[in-house]
Amino acid sequence: MSLTQSLLEGNRLALARLLTQVENDAPGGRESLMELFPHTGRAHLIGVTGAPGTGKSSLVNQLALAYRRNADKKVAIVAVDPSSPFTGGAVLGDRVRMRDLSGDEGVFIRSMATRGSLGGIAQKTASVVQVFDAAGYEIIIIETVGAGQSEVDVARLAHTTIVVEAPGMGDEIQAIKAGILEIADVLVINKADRPGVENTERALRSTLELAHPTKRVFRHHGKTMELSTPDTAPNLWIPSIVKTVATEGKGMDELIEAIAKHAAHLHQSGDRLARDRARLESELEALLQTALIDRFMETIPQQNYEEILRNVVNRNISPYEAVKLLVNGNPK
Amino acid sequence: MTDKKIRVLVAKPGLDGHDRGAKVVARALRDAGMEVIYTGLRQTPEMIAEAALQEDVDVVGLSILSGAHMALAPRILELLKKNGQDQVKVFIGGIIPDEDMPRLKEMGITGIYGPGASTDEIIRDVREAVQP
Repeated sequence: MSLTQSLLEGNRLALARLLTQVENDAPGGRESLMELFPHTGRAHLIGVTGAPGTGKSSLVNQLALAYRRNADKKVAIVAVDPSSPFTGGAVLGDRVRMRDLSGDEGVFIRSMATRGSLGGIAQKTASVVQVFDAAGYEIIIIETVGAGQSEVDVARLAHTTIVVEAPGMGDEIQAIKAGILEIADVLVINKADRPGVENTERALRSTLELAHPTKRVFRHHGKTMELSTPDTAPNLWIPSIVKTVATEGKGMDELIEAIAKHAAHLHQSGDRLARDRARLESELEALLQTALIDRFMETIPQQNYEEILRNVVNRNISPYEAVKLLVNGNPK
Repeated sequence: MTDKKIRVLVAKPGLDGHDRGAKVVARALRDAGMEVIYTGLRQTPEMIAEAALQEDVDVVGLSILSGAHMALAPRILELLKKNGQDQVKVFIGGIIPDEDMPRLKEMGITGIYGPGASTDEIIRDVREAVQP
């Protein structure tokens, strides 16, 4: 029986092996992805991102436990940690915080190194997620590397993106910068038993209000006045804020509810289809680019290419001119 | 193009809480370009075998200082086999009396390292063990 068939029948070893093949972009991996693709598109993908030390792994641990307890859904976790830029090696340590999930056949945790990718997830994370999806995991949680301000690739992959913050991680200016906060569908303030949680919540709320204005009523010179807001699209999603203490499992039911609300919103507004389309389109484009470049490079004599490259290195021609020469064909 | 990396699970079965050695080895293997999955303290053999399966590792490195190696090692080997992971190589680091070494090797433990073992030696042995 092929690995793909065993996987579809629920064999965990086949799943593990296929994940490796896909991650390594081995020839068998690509074929399996083709076979598995019709079985994908059923899972709800949850991205979890945030700065290092905000408690992402602990939160993922508790969230998975809660999904197992409340909904009896099969949960897959893809935990991404960085590869060393110098040796290519990695220490993947997210499992340390996920020991509670051990012994449950309905949970499958896979650690992944970024292998040079800078967007917070690995290049092959999307493919790995597809394999889990085909294997029948209904909830797939993707935990990114400890993210700073611009590692936002996970938002393109996930249906619901959770951004984890913790008290004392920055002021209001941090909160209005572009980047990671913008991708949040649900904002989690973890470690909510720590001092300063009110300030963090206030800063995040005011940021959300700036981005998604609501009507404000206030009194001015004894009169009640209403500050009108620009018309916003009726199907606009306003990120919810959930306070949690992940190490104690507090706030998980609220978090699951917020995720479910967002999932329902995605269905009603048609956003899920739109996101799916955008994601598959960019995947198609990326594959097409690689294929076209490969095919194009085959048509260029190696010697020709080397010479043009040498001219660029010697500053005789610019890279733009080099591309022109290569694309327009400069037969020798 | 395939991009095959050696994947190693570093785990500490049993009850002793001294994980300095495990961390040093994890770090050394990382610096040798391997992907090391670190699971932390107080793992049961079942947890280790399960993690080895999910992560599809080539190598399992066990750190055992408690003296329970003659109970833990065979159990882990047995579980790996039961899961269909006969090809996984198992290494042990820790305090292992000389007289136990031959029996552990017989069971199928690939390498045993005591205090003072060099990380270069471990890296070399791991690389050799996973050569196809």
